[in-house]
Amino acid sequence: MFLSPSDLQAIGLTLRVAALTTLILLMLGTPLAWWLARSTSWLKKPIGAVLTLPLVLPPSVLGFYLLVLMGPQGLVGEWTLALGLGLLTFTFWGLVAGSVLYSLPFMVQPIQNAMEAMGTRPLEVAASLRASKLDTFFNVVLPLCKPGLVSGAIMSFAHTVGEFGVVLMVGGNIPGQTRTVAVQIYDHVEGLEYASAHRLAAVMLVFSFAALLALHIYNGHSRSSHNKHHQPKNA
Amino acid sequence: MILPPVTLTDTSTSNNMLRHHNKIGLITAAWLLSTSCFAAEVQVAVAANFAEPIKAIAVVLEKTTGHKLVVTLGATGKLYAQIKNGAPFDLLLSADKKTPELLEKEGLAQLGSRFTYATGKLVLWSADAKLVDAKGEVLKNGKFRKIAYATPKLAPYGAAAEQVIDTLGLTSVLTPKLVQGESIGQTFNFVQTGNAELGFVALSQVLEGGKLKNGSMWVIPQHLYVPIQQDAVVLQRAAGNPAAQALVKLLKSPNIKDLVHSYGYDI
Repeated sequence: MFLSPSDLQAIGLTLRVAALTTLILLMLGTPLAWWLARSTSWLKKPIGAVLTLPLVLPPSVLGFYLLVLMGPQGLVGEWTLALGLGLLTFTFWGLVAGSVLYSLPFMVQPIQNAMEAMGTRPLEVAASLRASKLDTFFNVVLPLCKPGLVSGAIMSFAHTVGEFGVVLMVGGNIPGQTRTVAVQIYDHVEGLEYASAHRLAAVMLVFSFAALLALHIYNGHSRSSHNKHHQPKNA
Repeated sequence: MILPPVTLTDTSTSNNMLRHHNKIGLITAAWLLSTSCFAAEVQVAVAANFAEPIKAIAVVLEKTTGHKLVVTLGATGKLYAQIKNGAPFDLLLSADKKTPELLEKEGLAQLGSRFTYATGKLVLWSADAKLVDAKGEVLKNGKFRKIAYATPKLAPYGAAAEQVIDTLGLTSVLTPKLVQGESIGQTFNFVQTGNAELGFVALSQVLEGGKLKNGSMWVIPQHLYVPIQQDAVVLQRAAGNPAAQALVKLLKSPNIKDLVHSYGYDI
């Protein structure tokens, strides 16, 4: 067998974390991006900056804060304990929560860009046809911003798969729960099991390349079809 | 780092800007030289359980000899991997005797330079003052969510913890609750922050001035695990480094042995 059972388990776990994270981020990131694209509030810039923080903060800072916040004396920890959910650290859901935070900018930014590029014209047309705000959002905004949504989803998924530092700090390295591919590779390397590390690393390399290639091909397609639609007829 | 150009010869020009530039260059050059030449430096890879004592030892070394101690902490297995890959260490303070032996055999350490600097003790510890009883019964009643230990593959204290669990026949009971720290340092943090209610850590991590700092602990009886004999070894890079020799001498001196003993180690 090319990969060991524990490697396969790590791959399965990583895919589950990434898929759930992407799903949650689509639901969370889309309204956030919409607000950022449309709002004229003075809060827009500070909130935009806060949402971009995971992009520049060292994973050790995120991991440290998560460990403290999700711990029994932390704000989130007290809250999850009160709800009877127990603590999130060292659990699958804790990993998902950390990943949502960690990949948030990768979802919000492409969607926000698409929404800003769309301009106000489609909204004005929809309003003149008396479409409700909700109707406009689901039937005009989302279809027009589909390239942004797809880019955001691919980037968030791939970024979550590649997450390492945060998992290392709040995961506790539990097989099937928090031992993701990145951590598994780290363990192989630190244990000088280079052959195993090579195999799994190659899988990650191929996956990451495929995800980015898909993204580029998709972007190329959506841009050219976009241009076709918008070419003035009698130019 | 981008350094300003250093022009040491041409100062005859009347251009003020350039002269200013030269000054910065000279100062930079002096600073660079001062850090590399005047004080000898010893780079030591230290097993994470010895984090506290090595700080105190660094102070003594600098005071008595003027030499500087630069410390890299980690699980013994990780430090071994780093040394094999050419990490620039002069000395390894390991948490076992196997790793220094191996380094000697592989020609990465100076032959016959091994010596025991401490014998470590494993404790079951919780930040909660009431959780751990004096006999470790808490392990059997299982009233906790997570129990931390260091990754046994790389950390000797983790391997010892695994032995204890196995000897007590609690492997199947505890396995679902085990979380792994990547070193005994991270393991300690998991327990200190309460994310794991209890964990197997080094006695030296929870003592201060010979007393338990906080929480509750069970000093695990020696018959439950193989004694953690911690050996040091001088690596090839240390040849001709006076600071490395000074450190070895210091580690073998009675004063330092007393200091190490005060952190709960046997000598």
